[in-house]
Amino acid sequence: MTPLRNMAALLTPIMLIGCATVSKDSIVLLPKADGSTGAIAATRAGEEVVLDSAYASARHVASGKLQRGTEDARKVQQEFGAAIAGMPQAPASFTLYFLTGSDDFTEQSTAVIADLLEQTRSRPFPEITVIGHTDLAGNDAENDALSLQRADKVRDMLVALGIPKESIRAVARGAREPVVATEPGVHEPRNRRVEVSVR
Amino acid sequence: MAMEKNGWLGLALALAVFTALPALADGVGLVKVSKGSVYIERAGKRLPAPVGTIIESSDRIVTGRDGSTGITFLDNSRMALGPGSTLAIDRFNFDQTTHEGNFDTTLRRGTLSAVSGKLAKHSPKAMTVRTRSTILAVRGTEFVVRTR
Repeated sequence: MTPLRNMAALLTPIMLIGCATVSKDSIVLLPKADGSTGAIAATRAGEEVVLDSAYASARHVASGKLQRGTEDARKVQQEFGAAIAGMPQAPASFTLYFLTGSDDFTEQSTAVIADLLEQTRSRPFPEITVIGHTDLAGNDAENDALSLQRADKVRDMLVALGIPKESIRAVARGAREPVVATEPGVHEPRNRRVEVSVR
Repeated sequence: MAMEKNGWLGLALALAVFTALPALADGVGLVKVSKGSVYIERAGKRLPAPVGTIIESSDRIVTGRDGSTGITFLDNSRMALGPGSTLAIDRFNFDQTTHEGNFDTTLRRGTLSAVSGKLAKHSPKAMTVRTRSTILAVRGTEFVVRTR
């Protein structure tokens, strides 16, 4: 290797480090609407900082590391106001219930439909996901098929009510997300449902 | 039953016409809020991103000095950007039946607020937000990030 190449070999990593300067980052965990928080793990240069309480923060310090702290809610509003204000409305969820082993829904469910339509109308470019669920009676294949059948039925009804079918997706969750935990094989009316999520 | 059906039809007629959406086939998200200058960069092109713009995986969302935007994603995650921000959608896969998949983004500059959705709820490893030097693993939560 010539001296010049040696020099280049030495300089290249230094130049790379120079280009990819570490970013100056601030992360703040916010409380959810229900007051709970969840958690976030921030990893930087192999070191992990876990944030798991309201307004817990991790901010870059001169050493290049993240330092854990707690923020003042008002200051967070000042610093991140536009990003917080731009957050789209939370999705709305509506539940329709079905008669045993069928895709006929119960009478109470008809009242829910008016609310659902109102929510759909009030949102910009509304998107609807119709999610079919079953109880834990029957096997997985049957439940997946039945939950899709229920979702399809609700989608068709929403289309008949004037919602463009391009903005509706029908999906099957089968027995994967019961609202009431039961043993396998148990008929449970509260688990036989279709959830309509409006974004 | 016939009465009920007529009731719904009456209700539908009483409502204003619903806004039609473009086909969602390739979309992973939808612009719901767009103020000031908001663009997406897709396949080397820069396109304006008004409310109703469909976001695809591998899009970059860019706001100008006066811009801010809010986006909803298929798994019910939501994100918003403040002024002078760039967010790259690195990967988005979501299985609506099993809730398995991945949602990876990089905030290149600016401010981001985020509310995680069904992917992060299903698996604490499913959703990440990166900056140039930090990786955030999102475990079902709401948060804000600023990077410079």
